[in-house]
Amino acid sequence: MTAQAVAQSLVSGLLMGLIYALVAAGLALVFGLMNVVNFAHGEFLMTAMYAAFGLFVAVSLDPLLAAPFVAAAMFIFGSVVYLGVVRFAMSASANAGMVQIFATFGLGVVMRGLAQLLFTPNYRSIPHSWLGGRTMQIAGVYLPAPQLAGACVSLATFGALWLIINRTDFGRALEATREDSGAVALVGIDRKRIFALGWGLGAALVGLAGAVLAIFFYIYPDVGASFSLIAYVTVALGGFGSVFGAFAAGILVGLVEAGSALVLPASLKYVGVYALYLLVVLVRPRGLFGSL
Amino acid sequence: MTSDPHIKARRENIFVAIGVVFVVACLPLFVTDVYVQNVLVLTLMYAALSQSWNILSGFCGQISLGHALYFGTGAYVTELLFTKFGVAPWFGMPAGGLVAAVIAAAVGYPCFRLKGHYFVIATIVIAEAGYLLMLNWDYAGAAQGIDIPVRADSWAKFQFLRSKLPYFYFALGFAFVAWLVTYMIEESRWSYWWRAAKDNADAAESLGVDVFRSKMAAAALSAFLTAVGGGFYAQFVSYIDPESVMGFQFSLLMALPAVLGGLGTLWGPAVGAGILIPLTELTRSFAGGSGKGLDLIIYGLLVMGIALGRPEGIVGAVTKRARKGRP
Repeated sequence: MTAQAVAQSLVSGLLMGLIYALVAAGLALVFGLMNVVNFAHGEFLMTAMYAAFGLFVAVSLDPLLAAPFVAAAMFIFGSVVYLGVVRFAMSASANAGMVQIFATFGLGVVMRGLAQLLFTPNYRSIPHSWLGGRTMQIAGVYLPAPQLAGACVSLATFGALWLIINRTDFGRALEATREDSGAVALVGIDRKRIFALGWGLGAALVGLAGAVLAIFFYIYPDVGASFSLIAYVTVALGGFGSVFGAFAAGILVGLVEAGSALVLPASLKYVGVYALYLLVVLVRPRGLFGSL
Repeated sequence: MTSDPHIKARRENIFVAIGVVFVVACLPLFVTDVYVQNVLVLTLMYAALSQSWNILSGFCGQISLGHALYFGTGAYVTELLFTKFGVAPWFGMPAGGLVAAVIAAAVGYPCFRLKGHYFVIATIVIAEAGYLLMLNWDYAGAAQGIDIPVRADSWAKFQFLRSKLPYFYFALGFAFVAWLVTYMIEESRWSYWWRAAKDNADAAESLGVDVFRSKMAAAALSAFLTAVGGGFYAQFVSYIDPESVMGFQFSLLMALPAVLGGLGTLWGPAVGAGILIPLTELTRSFAGGSGKGLDLIIYGLLVMGIALGRPEGIVGAVTKRARKGRP
């Protein structure tokens, strides 16, 4: 194992880690806000990837340019899902936890079925996008352009998210609702509205991730499954309730995955990530930055 | 004789169960269609699996979405012993159960300190790691899995070419045993400990309940029964690979009937499986062949509708109504 190989896997791991963080951001936001784990998160990502694919086929818009449009569409979609499904799951009179799991899981299955119905189970990809297949080389280390772009989008998104949460009224309302969703009503914040906007924002974030992934990943109805478990692990590792914990955890997951691939057979690289999760939560049962 | 309503209800339950077993046992007299018999076997198997899952997740409150690990362990131990060492499944199934119980204890020992979603995700990633390891373990056939040679009908080897009936009666017995275990647990001190631990672990601990040990017992028992189901399934379909016995879907499929029927109730898993599995299989056979995903859409809508419409489960809803009706 040369220093070159280690540097290469470090860089690849970092880029992929930033993308994992972006995929997990929406999940972390929604969980932090209202304690709901969206078991259709992978299908949200899949929908966003098909949206980017659709825009490319219909108006040959490059996925990188399509990202804001995909995010906007996903914002609406996320709010609708909250209003149409999650709202009712949260007000369940019993077993609220299981009801949320299975209501969102059922939604995910429906979305997969719809994707199969509309697009067939075939693998699609976006040919000849600006960045697809291009690489840069710095000091002997290869930087694939799509992953690099994804990492930049991730950094910019988390920066914007920080500004939204800390510098806007909406962000302050979000934080207040997160801390005490009962008391915010007293200061005139409409909890339901914040929840709906929170779901919209969460879905918009996964929309950005989907548009970026569509550049270099195959698009098929089950594609979400490959990312959703990593996203759950990322969110829990960072600590439930902490969006920026998910950012740090995503990078860590990417690095550990790349490191595992150096020493383990490629098909076992996720075992390293799972071991990381178990090690961290067994030592620190609320994740890296979670609050109890 | 006593007139204690509680004891009377217990006695009613056991009579109802024996009655149900008797009626189900007579079904093959009228149902000769192989496809329908197949659905019946699966329904009974899921009733038993969900009942096993319910012991840990419903009664003890430790939500596991990683039971596919124990199911797969049962299937693989049974078939490795059978195909590599010629050990009959009658010994393989309990051996698989024991291995799974040991794994469950080994998983539970560090993980029971985790709470809520941290625990749920730990169960998922441990099962997923097991799945990846099986995909790479050449001795156990890796991704190709194990093809179980079936040469002739044999009770000794528990395999049958033509008839589904032996599988049917085994599955019925298995479902009844799983029910009976739950029935006996309900009245034991374990059940009171679990309920106390579920509602408020710290308070229970301070009253002298050994919360940790009672969770370990629930995990081991639940895993043992689930693994026996895995061994049975492997014999029933006579082919296993990591995807078909250890996939994440299985963990959800085992939990679903109990959630639908009533989490932590005696009858919930059986009622849930009795409704859900036939519906799933019917949808699959009528809409699944098209490859257009219609079966997924119907199934997903069904799951959503059930979760949102009957959050306390069917059994919970019925008992609530009955209690309301009483003076």
